[in-house]
Amino acid sequence: MSLLSIRNLRTEFSGPAGIVRAVDGVSLDVAPGEIFGIVGESGCGKSATCRSILRLFGGAPARVAGGQILLDGVGDLAAMPERALAQVRGREVAFIFQDPLTALNPTMRIGRQIAEVILRHRKVSRAEARQAALGLLRDVHVTSPERRLDAYPHELSGGLRQRVVIAMALALRPRLIIADEPTTALDVTVQDQILRLLRERCDSTGTAIILITHDLGVVSQVCDRMAVMYAGRIVETGAVREVLDHPSHPYTRALLAALPGQASRGRDLVPIEGSPPGLIAPPPGCRFAPRCRLAREDCGSGPAPGLLPRPGTAPGHLDACILSEVPDVAS
Amino acid sequence: MFQVILKRLVMLIPVLIGITLLGFLLLQVMPGDPASRAMGTRASPEELAAMRKLWGLDQPLWLQYLYFLRDCLTGSFGVSIFHKMPVIGLVAERLPFTLAIVAYSTLIALAVALPFAILAALRRGTVVDGAIRHVFVALIAMPPFWLCYVLILWLALGLGWFPTGGVGQGVGENLSRLFLPSLVVGLSTAALIQQSLRAALIDTLKADYVDTARAKGLSGAQVFLRHVLPNSLISTISIIGVRVSWIIGGTVVVEKIFSVPGLGSLLIDAIVSRDLPVIRGLTVFFAIMVVIVNLVTDICYALADPRVRLE
Repeated sequence: MSLLSIRNLRTEFSGPAGIVRAVDGVSLDVAPGEIFGIVGESGCGKSATCRSILRLFGGAPARVAGGQILLDGVGDLAAMPERALAQVRGREVAFIFQDPLTALNPTMRIGRQIAEVILRHRKVSRAEARQAALGLLRDVHVTSPERRLDAYPHELSGGLRQRVVIAMALALRPRLIIADEPTTALDVTVQDQILRLLRERCDSTGTAIILITHDLGVVSQVCDRMAVMYAGRIVETGAVREVLDHPSHPYTRALLAALPGQASRGRDLVPIEGSPPGLIAPPPGCRFAPRCRLAREDCGSGPAPGLLPRPGTAPGHLDACILSEVPDVAS
Repeated sequence: MFQVILKRLVMLIPVLIGITLLGFLLLQVMPGDPASRAMGTRASPEELAAMRKLWGLDQPLWLQYLYFLRDCLTGSFGVSIFHKMPVIGLVAERLPFTLAIVAYSTLIALAVALPFAILAALRRGTVVDGAIRHVFVALIAMPPFWLCYVLILWLALGLGWFPTGGVGQGVGENLSRLFLPSLVVGLSTAALIQQSLRAALIDTLKADYVDTARAKGLSGAQVFLRHVLPNSLISTISIIGVRVSWIIGGTVVVEKIFSVPGLGSLLIDAIVSRDLPVIRGLTVFFAIMVVIVNLVTDICYALADPRVRLE
């Protein structure tokens, strides 16, 4: 049984040049307690997919235009009125934003910001909420938490602030946390601590995570399963080891071949030529076809191919390439 | 905090020396003889000379300046030629009316600007936003003296809702009498606040921490009142500060038209009657007020935004 089941999600942004189909037919499942990674280049729709779940678009003119977002025991979040969705936010599903420097209110003390989410969903006194906030800061290993409760965000380092954001997300033990590039804005050493912390806290509370990142290293470090997105669609998904060790979609392979780590393994670094297509009028057929070295004529026509299992690969490993054989381009 | 305030007040001293010197010298350039103004055209030369001697106008310039400095330091700011009383006494008589206009007009400005700034920000880019912007730009463009007469003709003489001006006894009557002058001053303040607050609100609505607040499950109103509005209002503090120091000395036209005996009309009368000590004294007094209002603005800013430290 999935905790979260997204079916054929379509999310549109209305821009000055027309409607941008940022997410165009995405389906994915997240099991309870697992960490699901979504990778892709900037603008591939990974962030828009996740923001669609709680309908948090940062004031951008976006809307979920179709599909279902089924949360186990709650229902279709996409069809829910705003008021009902607000009950889900923070309690069932929490969100961790990319930049801890801007994700906290600069004029409100840390303790109050954490207590706010507790007071919203639980019938507790302010003092009790404050005590709970203190416990949460301890849980995320913040040093001298009593002192931090009355600190303002700017008085904390980036890593500490992200711990506060995580404490806030964990406050009500949600079943799912959506983390949108939670370590991108942090130093490499701090990144590692934060990822371990996320993994540790979620293992102990049984919380599932959707982790959005452009860093395949992060995915291989903490995720159980993953999806690779390109131009608003998922092109490959499966267990992390399967996808990274036996990538079957040309885009995933190209992405792996373009990793700087390849050079140290004695392989040439192969950049992906060209740039992703615009999403106002995406190309027909496979959206990667114009940049794909293996593209045949029929790749660039018809509807965009869907995710299918490939003979010989592990169960649950799907990709959206119509070629029956995908030779390794990097070799 | 206390030390910073003290330091700022000490920094006031060189500013004031500059202001007194400038105010003093500029007035020497101004044509017209205070003595003949005070005595009238029929005064004999002997009477005029006696008058000049009495007011120290026959003394060398540097000595007159030193007398003026002495008057400033003793707190009298000089003695009015026309009113025959210390300038500070005149200021004390007039200041309450000016301060009343400051407070009243700021309240009116906030009452007008807040709802329209919020409405415009929430409906940005729509017809509503456009209409609000046009109305407020028109408010900025309207000359105050013209607006004064329009309001007098319409609300005072036409509908009879308000008196045409003057001041009365008691708070209730003055609230009614000072409404129109405060409205004129307040509307242009409102236009400034509305424009800046709208921009600040639109910026804040896009901020990540607003999404964080929404992600906590707070309702739209809670997110707005606890996170969006307080952070957006910070920029309004400095606008109010600038306006307040402007209003204290700058409501000359409005006070004159509505016959409000405030500092502005005192200054105009003093200029007309060449009452040099009053002009000089007011100049210094306005300078002190501007510095104090700026200091208070900075303190408010530091209290509202924990990231800001008083330097």
